[in-house]
Amino acid sequence: MAPTSMAQALNAALRDAIAEDERVVVFGEDVGKLGGVFRITDGLQDAFGEDRCFDTPLAESGIAGFAVGMAMAGFRPVVEMQFDAFAFPAFEQVVSHVAKMRNRTRGAVALPMVIRIPFAGGIGGVEHHCDSSEAYYAHTPGLKVVTPSGAADAYSLLREAIEDPDPVVFLEPKKLYWSKEDVELPVTTEPIGRAAIRRRGRDATLIAYGPSVPLAMESAAAAAEEGWDVQVVDVRSLVPFDDETVTAAVRETGRCVVVQEAQGFAGVAAEIAARVQERCFHSLSAPVLRVSGFDVPYPPPKLEHSHLPNVDRVLDALARLQWDDQPDVKWLDAREGAA
Amino acid sequence: MEVSTVEWLPSSSPVQLPDPNHPAPEPSRLLAAYRAMVVGRRFDAQATTLTKQGRLAVYPSSRGQEACQVGAALSIGAQDWLFPTYRDSVALVTRGIDPVEVLTLLRGDWHCGYDVPSTRTAPQCTPLATQTLHAVGLAHGEARKGRDTVALALIGDGATSEGDFHEALNFAAVFRAPVVFLVQNNGYAISVPLAKQSVAPSLAHKGIGYGVRSEQVDGNDAAAVLSVLDTAVAHARSGGGPFLVEAHTYRMEAHTNADDAGRYRSPDEVEQWRQRDPIDRQERQLRESGHLDDTAVEQIAAEAEEFAVQVRSRMQAEPSTDPADLFRHVYAEPTPQLTEQLAQLRAEQEAL
Repeated sequence: MAPTSMAQALNAALRDAIAEDERVVVFGEDVGKLGGVFRITDGLQDAFGEDRCFDTPLAESGIAGFAVGMAMAGFRPVVEMQFDAFAFPAFEQVVSHVAKMRNRTRGAVALPMVIRIPFAGGIGGVEHHCDSSEAYYAHTPGLKVVTPSGAADAYSLLREAIEDPDPVVFLEPKKLYWSKEDVELPVTTEPIGRAAIRRRGRDATLIAYGPSVPLAMESAAAAAEEGWDVQVVDVRSLVPFDDETVTAAVRETGRCVVVQEAQGFAGVAAEIAARVQERCFHSLSAPVLRVSGFDVPYPPPKLEHSHLPNVDRVLDALARLQWDDQPDVKWLDAREGAA
Repeated sequence: MEVSTVEWLPSSSPVQLPDPNHPAPEPSRLLAAYRAMVVGRRFDAQATTLTKQGRLAVYPSSRGQEACQVGAALSIGAQDWLFPTYRDSVALVTRGIDPVEVLTLLRGDWHCGYDVPSTRTAPQCTPLATQTLHAVGLAHGEARKGRDTVALALIGDGATSEGDFHEALNFAAVFRAPVVFLVQNNGYAISVPLAKQSVAPSLAHKGIGYGVRSEQVDGNDAAAVLSVLDTAVAHARSGGGPFLVEAHTYRMEAHTNADDAGRYRSPDEVEQWRQRDPIDRQERQLRESGHLDDTAVEQIAAEAEEFAVQVRSRMQAEPSTDPADLFRHVYAEPTPQLTEQLAQLRAEQEAL
């Protein structure tokens, strides 16, 4: 076992996929000589040549649309969007074509392609370099959406995404690129569509994905000191969503908090909270709560820490899970107009 | 790197035959084009009628643009790929695709009715210019596999304002992709005239900034369209890179049956273009050169009528749809959520 960063694991996954499957091509902005601004494609062009890893003109819609055509010609494009907020010019291609081609053609044309997007915050990025765009993609039928929270999952999920017959939006939590995990590559973890229990606990379940998983783990450790035995579920695969694992985990504990970095309104955590409430109502001892970013445009670096969920905010949510059967005072206050 | 920009510039006015740089196509091809235009126009009229009968949700007519429609289909081979828009049904019919399958999109029983891989024809595309990028990626992919496939992407004048058109030209040029872009400039983007769309010297000039060889042609002259497209396709196929052709033509009907063209253009203007009707012109040329006579004209008209009769009769049948199809082609395998929703839908139907 060697300490491996998520960036190294992603690089290894791309390297192994290119080596094993002649259909795999990696392209995007600065992915060639530079190896990508986050160095995820480092050395691929040197190792495999410009046919397999190449720079494109600086145009994200062009990158996505070009990938559609290459997939139609039998390739397996793995494209890089440089930053989450720079992926928006490609949105029309992703929503109108990438997601729909199989459906439009009654299954005759599949688009096995991966769109890698560095996402979420926590790196002190200036304006338009951080965002949490997962809800847009998760809301689009036809796309699979996955996000790893550690190096082993990063490797395994990316390899599986490249082999998947459907288009996959692969969200890479920027702040975890350099976090390390002891892992021997290659590695195979749970498949796309399955969530993973990262920590067992009896009192409450924290549901998290991508960048919020380490936060959930840290919060669970802190909660243990307060006397709460907290379980952590890593969703991994936003689409397809693993209702089975999530539902079973929440039923075990009867209390649930969903944690995401993104702004809360109409976000993925809202969907998860609704699903849990629908499926686990009779097992719940408290309303399902959400901890998320605020409903504000992504803040500047010096204010980021006030926006992003932290351990205290997660602990506050845990404390509000009606341990003494009293109503949540937060909403009683809100009725008075104090919120 | 040697770049002779002059030879890549479009001619100062749309190419018309005879032209020293553009040989006239063989009479047999011109006759085939004439026949396809007559059949295509009859099909187009039949489709418009089907909207009035409620058999089609909508139909965007290409009446008046037959030289472009037919030229596009006849300039590429079965091994090549076509990337059409919603207004290119006549091109698809000319390409040999089943007309009822072409009309599936507009009838509404599914999105694309024909088999895309075997016809090597992409689904008719509605979001403007978005499919031009697919054409570039596919053409590049085919070239990478050592095939001499050409991709022909069709768009209208309005779509040349879309970002994807510009990204596609640029990508095609940078990757030297064997793509031909055919812009059917019919003067209007729904109601907005070209003068409010672009002040470029011509739409063909839009290729020049990207290093794409470009030409403009009289789009109501089938012979000229074929000749210029032959040059473009040969250029792309031989490794010369992309080629942009602007064809000057006119949409004789409204944008769709739901549009009222009288609100934005004058009867005089329409009448002027009627004088330049592509089918009349082709018929006149073929008669003058002795390749067409009354008997042949009547025979082709009868073929066109028979084609329309077949389309009409087959379109009278109510299409069968299966609600379970909603869930079949979203992913390779339905997600657990879709499986649940399918069960819900089935239960609803059984309760009826």
